[in-house]
Amino acid sequence: MLSLDLFLNAIVAGLLIGGFYAAVSLGISVTFGLLDVANIAHPVFVILGAYTAFTLNSAYGTDPLVAGLVFAPVFFLVGVAVYQFYYASFERKGESPLRGLVFFFGLLFIVEVALSLKFGVDYRLIEAPYIGESVHIGPVGIAFRLLVPCVVGLLMTFALYLFLGKTFYGRAIMGVAQDSLALRLVGADPIRIKTLAFGLGIATASVAGALLIMISPVEPSIGRAYIGRVFAITVLGGLGSIGGTLTAAMILGVAESLTSTFSGPSWAQAVSFGLLLLVLAIRPAGLFGR
Amino acid sequence: MMRPLIRTRRRIGAASAPVIARSRTGGAARVSTWTRTALAGALVAAVALLVGGSAMAQGAKPIKIGFGMALTGGLAGNGKAALLAMQIWRDDVNKKGGLLGRPVEFVYYDDQTNPATVPGIYTKLLDVDKVDLVVSGYGTNLIAPAMPLVMERKLLFMGLFGLANNEKYKYPRYFQIAPGGPDPAGAFSEGFFELAAKQSPRPKTAALVGADAEFPQTALVGARHHAKRLGFQVVYDKTYPPTTVDYTPIVRAIKATNPDVVFVASYPPDSTGMVLAASEVGLEPKMFGGGMVGLHFTALLTKLGAKLNGIVDYGFWVPEPTMKFPGIEAFLQKYQPEAVKAGVDPLGFYLPPWAYAMMQVLGQAVEGTKGLDQQKLAEYIHAQEFDTVVGKVKFGADGEWAKSRTVTMQFQNIKGSDADQFRQAGKQVVVYPDELKSGKLIYPYSAARK
Repeated sequence: MLSLDLFLNAIVAGLLIGGFYAAVSLGISVTFGLLDVANIAHPVFVILGAYTAFTLNSAYGTDPLVAGLVFAPVFFLVGVAVYQFYYASFERKGESPLRGLVFFFGLLFIVEVALSLKFGVDYRLIEAPYIGESVHIGPVGIAFRLLVPCVVGLLMTFALYLFLGKTFYGRAIMGVAQDSLALRLVGADPIRIKTLAFGLGIATASVAGALLIMISPVEPSIGRAYIGRVFAITVLGGLGSIGGTLTAAMILGVAESLTSTFSGPSWAQAVSFGLLLLVLAIRPAGLFGR
Repeated sequence: MMRPLIRTRRRIGAASAPVIARSRTGGAARVSTWTRTALAGALVAAVALLVGGSAMAQGAKPIKIGFGMALTGGLAGNGKAALLAMQIWRDDVNKKGGLLGRPVEFVYYDDQTNPATVPGIYTKLLDVDKVDLVVSGYGTNLIAPAMPLVMERKLLFMGLFGLANNEKYKYPRYFQIAPGGPDPAGAFSEGFFELAAKQSPRPKTAALVGADAEFPQTALVGARHHAKRLGFQVVYDKTYPPTTVDYTPIVRAIKATNPDVVFVASYPPDSTGMVLAASEVGLEPKMFGGGMVGLHFTALLTKLGAKLNGIVDYGFWVPEPTMKFPGIEAFLQKYQPEAVKAGVDPLGFYLPPWAYAMMQVLGQAVEGTKGLDQQKLAEYIHAQEFDTVVGKVKFGADGEWAKSRTVTMQFQNIKGSDADQFRQAGKQVVVYPDELKSGKLIYPYSAARK
């Protein structure tokens, strides 16, 4: 049943969902890849982003993407606060990152329960004119519901890449990841830089959440399904590499899509994680890791 | 700096000497022997009073009904609505003086739609909370883990929307309120395939798809059976992980096999995903639907709106003229304002009437046997026919309905996303069986989408 049509569509679908996965994983790429903070609560911040987009969409009919961008500065501040607390409780005392994992697990559940209490547990969807519409280019059909998140994911990755490579604070973040003592010697405060980076990671969750609710309905506990995926993508791409995260997300997306189409959807995630194990066995630092 | 929790130093042979206890706050308290004796005596007296008192106040002692319920997680939208309906029943019963003259109380915990929590919850309910009766949480996946425990303790167990949970055990004290009948797995798909087989020209090929979970897998077993029995050729038969994000590749693969009918067994997130993907990919078989849970929820009815038109789904109760059982309107009028306040499904057509009916059966059995003996209750429920808000209920030997009353319905003429349109008849039309039919099937699927 190997038809070219189906094959092309599967590749395209995989790339589209890969762009979305990249958007969700960017935050982890920054906080875990660069700062070594095992922020396992990141997916629940994505869900929080989905709910804030939903709130604006229900109340004012705002496009979810606009809502995601509007709330990004708020999420930034939340990230700053979370990092300050984390730093004061764990990093300053020299605890290993794995100790902080417990803190983030707790944060995950607290935010999840808060969402359940505030919004209830029914599935929420948003309305936008492009949801349900698709465009056809030859044999390939592309749904806007998946195209928009992919494009935004690519833009976010590119923007973050430029920020980290070209701006002072961006390079300071890369610097703190490499050697925070050296950074102190050139006059930047590593703690301030790390706070900024963590806030940035959480800010991406606001936009990623808006993209999530475009694709599928959300309820407070669905974040847990993403924990495995986002860490797998970050590790596969290589810790510390934003481009690596995007590449890994695309690879995983295409692997899932091809398996779903030709072999059977049950195997999709097994294939993705199998790929991860294979790559790590050959290249433990990940595809583009330091 | 934290002190060690409690450190007591007792000098041997100095029984009358004061006992010094160091508490966490660092203070030291002297507790004399006289005080200890007085405290012990008071404790004994209190216990005696309680035991004696409870014997006297037996009439006011509440009947405790215990259960787990999905209050968070994927099925919580329904679970919370069911809880509300059960609480309405409890309040109705208590207003009339309770059961056997005793007030009814609930003891319940959130099972988080996570089957792993269920054995622990029911053990706590039975051993710590010492409930008198147990009923189930919502859904096949959450009933299954409780079965071994209730069977071991020989308890009566009322099941709320479990698909074939008792098929292997044939436990005589289990009763399930959804009208699946003696072949519940088949009931989900019987109407779908029977209707398909009656169409002319007769559709030949079928695609079957569902999530990797207990309910969808069981429903698919029934679907395969009916498809084979009626001579359909199955061209696609695969399952997907419930955490799938994008259903487009799956729908494309189905479309590539060119099936005449597509049967989907899914839970709310995947039901939505499949409907959206089918709409985008342009999957238009002659009949589309199956056992798609969640499409009846108000939130999805309103958001998916016209995209639902033409889908043939199962149903238990819909607001059609052929299903106006005595008491159902009164129940919905009580339920709907409370639901809005509680932030749960405001229409309440899908699960709440059944949760209420389940408790009605239990309550009538307690009154009928004049007691809480699990064996007598089970025998009574097997023997009687009950009058409930969902009509007359009669159970068979395996605890399912003696005769199936699962209907097959089709979404028709839905326009836009206004929730009120669903209060009237004509949007969720019953197309099978003939006894409850309230409209005609629009075939093929594409005709209903115009």
